[in-house]
Amino acid sequence: MSTKLFTFKGGVHPPHSKSLTQNVPIEEIPAPNLVVIPLSQHIGAPCDPLVAVGDTVKVGQKIGDSKAFVSVPVHSSVSGTVKKIEQRPVPGGAKVNCVIIESDGKYEVHESVQPKGDLEDLSKEDILSIIREAGMAGMGGATFPTHVKLSPPPDKPIDTLLVNGSECEPYLTADHRIMLEMPDLVLLGTKAIKKALGAEKVYICIEDNKPDAIETLKEAAGNEEGIEVVSLKAKYPQGDEKRLINAVTGRVVPSGGLPMEVACVVENVGTVATIGNAIKTGMPCIQRVVTVTGSGVETPKNLYVRLGTLFKDCIEMCGGYKEEPGKIISGGPMMGIAQYTDEVPVIKGTSGILVLNKKEAQVPEPSNCILCGKCVDACPVNLMPYKISRFSLLRNFDGADEYHATDCIECGACSYVCPAKRPLKESISVAKKEILTRRKKAK
Amino acid sequence: MEIKLIGSSSPHIRSDETTQKLMLDVIIALTPALAASIYYFGFKAMVLVLASVASAVITEYFCQKFMKRPITVTDLSAVVTGILLAFNLPAEAPWWIAVVGSAFAIGIVKQIFGGIGFNFLNPALGARAFLMASWPHHLSGGFIDPAIDAVSSATPLSILKGAASGQLPSLWDMLIGNIPGVIGETSAILLLAGGIYLIYTGTIKWIIPVFYIGTVAAIALVFDGGNLAYHILGGGLMLGAFFMATDYATSPVTDKGKVIFAVGAGILTMFIRKLGGYPEGVSYSILLMNILTPMIDKYVRPRVFGVATGGKKNEK
Repeated sequence: MSTKLFTFKGGVHPPHSKSLTQNVPIEEIPAPNLVVIPLSQHIGAPCDPLVAVGDTVKVGQKIGDSKAFVSVPVHSSVSGTVKKIEQRPVPGGAKVNCVIIESDGKYEVHESVQPKGDLEDLSKEDILSIIREAGMAGMGGATFPTHVKLSPPPDKPIDTLLVNGSECEPYLTADHRIMLEMPDLVLLGTKAIKKALGAEKVYICIEDNKPDAIETLKEAAGNEEGIEVVSLKAKYPQGDEKRLINAVTGRVVPSGGLPMEVACVVENVGTVATIGNAIKTGMPCIQRVVTVTGSGVETPKNLYVRLGTLFKDCIEMCGGYKEEPGKIISGGPMMGIAQYTDEVPVIKGTSGILVLNKKEAQVPEPSNCILCGKCVDACPVNLMPYKISRFSLLRNFDGADEYHATDCIECGACSYVCPAKRPLKESISVAKKEILTRRKKAK
Repeated sequence: MEIKLIGSSSPHIRSDETTQKLMLDVIIALTPALAASIYYFGFKAMVLVLASVASAVITEYFCQKFMKRPITVTDLSAVVTGILLAFNLPAEAPWWIAVVGSAFAIGIVKQIFGGIGFNFLNPALGARAFLMASWPHHLSGGFIDPAIDAVSSATPLSILKGAASGQLPSLWDMLIGNIPGVIGETSAILLLAGGIYLIYTGTIKWIIPVFYIGTVAAIALVFDGGNLAYHILGGGLMLGAFFMATDYATSPVTDKGKVIFAVGAGILTMFIRKLGGYPEGVSYSILLMNILTPMIDKYVRPRVFGVATGGKKNEK
């Protein structure tokens, strides 16, 4: 097997900070008394509730669905009674319609949850339908409906599937633990997606700071036809799908385009394992691994959490707050979203709950740009962040557009390296949003 | 529990690099050459450096105070400017030259244009040009020859030019700095060591020094082959290539831009040395390229990932 290390141009090397949890086995936690299950945990049309207040539900029972193509159903993660259906804050920042279920603590499984049998007996359509019905959306954080991604138009055939286990965000170890502890599910899911896509080649991509995961999956993959485990240089943002495709296959996804333009599909390893589970046991996406970590958490852990469990319940299961928290982040420190409350539920895209203490949470005071060019070197898309940021802060969005603000992947590498602590990514995001809104209006 | 959380946009962690740390690295890199000049030129060199640094820092403080801007003297950039200006003075220059020069560098070249990052000329070189125009006899005379410990106005390059008479020093003396010249341009080897330290710590990139010195070497080889070593080791080339031409604000940001800048500075340097009126051309060549930098940065942009050709906008 090749020992070549794949990588991309640009990027940064933030401290990994993964030692807090990388050797801590996944721990399944019970659901709290009340779970809050948002009817929209994915990109696309929100679901309509299929249950009413007072109904009893079981584990794995579908409680929301939508007729739209770009949407996936949601399921109950507990057995119990529907108490309320109301607007609640979710990690994305907005308030969305949520089904609030009181758990009876019995976890009775719904009769629809049945093993799907051998992969050999399943057709391409069967697999896509299982994936949709299991409510699969990208669990790396983007939460794009998986069955949509796996249904490219006929003129865009896919030859390569990349299973993304790079987990380049500092602190997070959920995917790492999944690869170590559920290699069989990862492999089953991988084979299912490969079959659904008709892809010839699969790369399971792992950063070289997880040698044990590389070893485990190499062993699990064995001599499996067309599946190769590749190691990537640990560098942020290696896990970005366009960086990953470029590093492993050398292909360049065109600006504004999707991976399918270069015949690739990228799936997060957690998504893949959950799909494996949906085929093996029939259980839809109702649980996920969440890394609860950071200086503000008493005992950082990797938890196997039932969706709808509140952040505060997860933190409670890790011994609570170590000190007064400064910031609670859904996801990792580079791209995660800062929360204004710990009463938001874990959803399909919640890869981590990071609690920073007051000192770490301070936003640094920016000073003059010294034109050192470190942001230009760090940008994986080859943008000139300091220029776009300057335009954005002057509200000159045409200037920002000319410098390709909309190609920004918002990885935050520029802001991370900036010695003057300027809000580069922050201001570029503003410009990007503004430009996209104007384009929409112009249409 | 009612908790108060900080909500801000990602990223939520920052590298521990700061402007101050970068400037401190430059000061560390300049220290060996500074020590050598005090060794060779004695107390006078130290007085000039101290006067220059003090004037730079004080000017920065008062400019910012009057302009009601945040006081940023602790970022150490004024200290760097002070040292670099002193490095451009002959050891016999009076102390007030250093004070006036640094005040000009910080007040006029840097602060009036908006402070750090907004100056369009390298402050130390801008001030050197100002001093050169105002008190030429203090700037181009009064070198001390450490070998004989006496005042001399014959630097190796002026001898080379035929503008002064005398014996060219040995290459070994050129390397270790046992030659007449301004304070900072004496020991090529220690300046090189400082420059390598800056590249090693990631403070500067290798591109400008390598292309600058390489261009000078190539032209010298073709037109003045016998004196190749004197062109590289003499004058301010080492100081200029590693410490002046790499100034962030006044050199291009992109790698391609840096190459253009460095090659241009190299050509201009040799142009002045061979054809111009001065024996030395490093400082004016860098100043001229400083002026071109905004244009280079406007036209030389990195190719955006996934954008077809020539950085044209993706029409959608």
